[in-house]
Amino acid sequence: MSNSTSEKIPKELFEPASTDNMDNELIAKPQLSFMKDAWLRVRKNKGAIISAVILLLVIIMAAIGPHISHYDAYAQDVTKSNLPPKIPGLEKLGIFDGKQEIGGVETDVYKQQNVKEYYWFGTDSLGRDLFSRVWLGTRVSLYIALLAALIDMVIGVGYGLISGFKGGRVDNVMQRILEIISGIPNLIVVILMLLILKPGIISITIAMVITGWVGMARVVRGQVLKLKDQEYILASRTLGAKNSRLLLKHLLPNLSGVIIINTMFTIPSAIFFEAFLSFIGIGLQAPRASLGTLIEDGYQTFQFLPHLMFIPCIVICIILIACNLIGDGLRDAFDPKMRD
Amino acid sequence: MAKYLVQRVIYLIITLFIIASVTFFLMKFLPGTPFQNEEKLTEEQQQILNEKYGLDKPIPVQYANYMVNIVKGDLGVSFQFDNQPVTHMLMNRVGPSLELGFQAMVLGSIVGLMLGVFAAMFQNTWIDYGSTFLAVLGKSIPSFVFAAVLQYYIGVKLEWLPVASWDGFASSIMPTLALAIFPIATAARFMRTELIEVLSSDYITLAKAKGNSRMEVSVKHAIRNALIPLVTVLGPMAVSLMTGSMVVEQIFAIPGIGEQFVKSIQTNDFPIIMGTTIFFAFLLTVIILVVDILYGIIDPRIRLAGGAKK
Repeated sequence: MSNSTSEKIPKELFEPASTDNMDNELIAKPQLSFMKDAWLRVRKNKGAIISAVILLLVIIMAAIGPHISHYDAYAQDVTKSNLPPKIPGLEKLGIFDGKQEIGGVETDVYKQQNVKEYYWFGTDSLGRDLFSRVWLGTRVSLYIALLAALIDMVIGVGYGLISGFKGGRVDNVMQRILEIISGIPNLIVVILMLLILKPGIISITIAMVITGWVGMARVVRGQVLKLKDQEYILASRTLGAKNSRLLLKHLLPNLSGVIIINTMFTIPSAIFFEAFLSFIGIGLQAPRASLGTLIEDGYQTFQFLPHLMFIPCIVICIILIACNLIGDGLRDAFDPKMRD
Repeated sequence: MAKYLVQRVIYLIITLFIIASVTFFLMKFLPGTPFQNEEKLTEEQQQILNEKYGLDKPIPVQYANYMVNIVKGDLGVSFQFDNQPVTHMLMNRVGPSLELGFQAMVLGSIVGLMLGVFAAMFQNTWIDYGSTFLAVLGKSIPSFVFAAVLQYYIGVKLEWLPVASWDGFASSIMPTLALAIFPIATAARFMRTELIEVLSSDYITLAKAKGNSRMEVSVKHAIRNALIPLVTVLGPMAVSLMTGSMVVEQIFAIPGIGEQFVKSIQTNDFPIIMGTTIFFAFLLTVIILVVDILYGIIDPRIRLAGGAKK
């Protein structure tokens, strides 16, 4: 066996070994940074990449969507109310053709109400363009979620770093506080907060942040406890590094994986919470639109005008599924051991 | 163990005390009054009403009274619903909520476990991908969206099941399904990762080496051990069921606690909001405590007192 394989390899491929051993330690390949390494692994996860592209499209639509349909999201026009979706091009295929079953008979509502324009997603009971409103609502929902996730991250990382790094009595007291806060069901805190604060983007965000940072603080503290006794921290300390340098230069970069994963999972839960609050009637108030308020409005008439509810539902589901898939992908990439 | 238990119970009491206090003071800052048609009442009538409900006393006195009453199990009387005691109203409404919650939990665990087991046993086949996809869907789709879609297609369009009512088993099918999707997703994901890990451990290799079939190894050795950590997801499941119950009960018009809570928020009925909040908080904290203790008992590898803190 071994003879036959050695015969097949041409002689030219062999190179003489170097005579001195000086470059034994030489690293031949370029060093992979933490982020590059993670990216290499995320790239293999097709679901995460597709989700990222879809999420990006949704974000772009949230940014430009309200401007492409030429209809203002707040302009009311009762003569054009309750129109089903109608999209030029697709109407010939028998879908999105502005027809609707009324009392068992298929009627062209656009002809009936003498409307010449196309409303891609239809209109609501006040004649407002649903296309503009859905993307405007997406914008508000994403904004609330990002803001909540960002504040959660800042508070949680700060608290976790201090608690884990200081240790001793400080850690003990901070952990007891954390235990008590995490014992309070967050749904209840959010609802109570919203009852006293005026419903609005900022108050919803604040209400969600009050209990939202606890998870992040816990994870960060756990990681700090694990990392702070490692040799590289000791080495840096021996060389005279101050605490602030240890925290910012050494610990924080090593925590970035868990921080990113945690934030990625906060975003969908914040979007869900906002929609949930709007659905039970204590979220954003009219005429402001978020995906939650649109679903809630649509639900009132969904037996007759299902599109008013289904379209925002589809958008919110797409966002949530995409966020969860990206989160899963990132988690597998940053730390294969940290699944579920 | 005993020390740990005492410590946990003390935390539970502190947590509940804080929740009750926060609830009380928040309710005091709430704008609006709890009485209907307030503008029609004369000042005297308002005075009488305030006196009757003890709202004329200074806030610290009200607070002390409230706390003493809670310990006695008295959560006050509703302002809106004919002076019914809140405890009474909660007890009347706890039945449907518990029934739905229980059905959803059982259905969710069974279906979720099966999905998870199949996914792990046929890892990286279409069965695995399908079950993972279902789990992601279940985790992502909000229960109220799923509930409304069910209601529209099965209730309104196909007319297979009652749209929104509460009489008998048929009317509980759709709400149970809507509530069960999160437990299904959680159980499936969890079971899959656990089982894959267990299947690659040494004692499974030994069992295989002894000549047992794949089926036998999975059922007799692997699944049993993979089931243990599943106890930990019972806590999050209970939370999600509670959240879900509020909207799902509203959508399907079920006379449960969630529906009552939403209604009382919309009508400013302080005692019911406070009472339900404390009830929910109590339920959840106790469930989480029980789950933690159960976990320690079922899995001797977890040492509660030492392992919990590090």
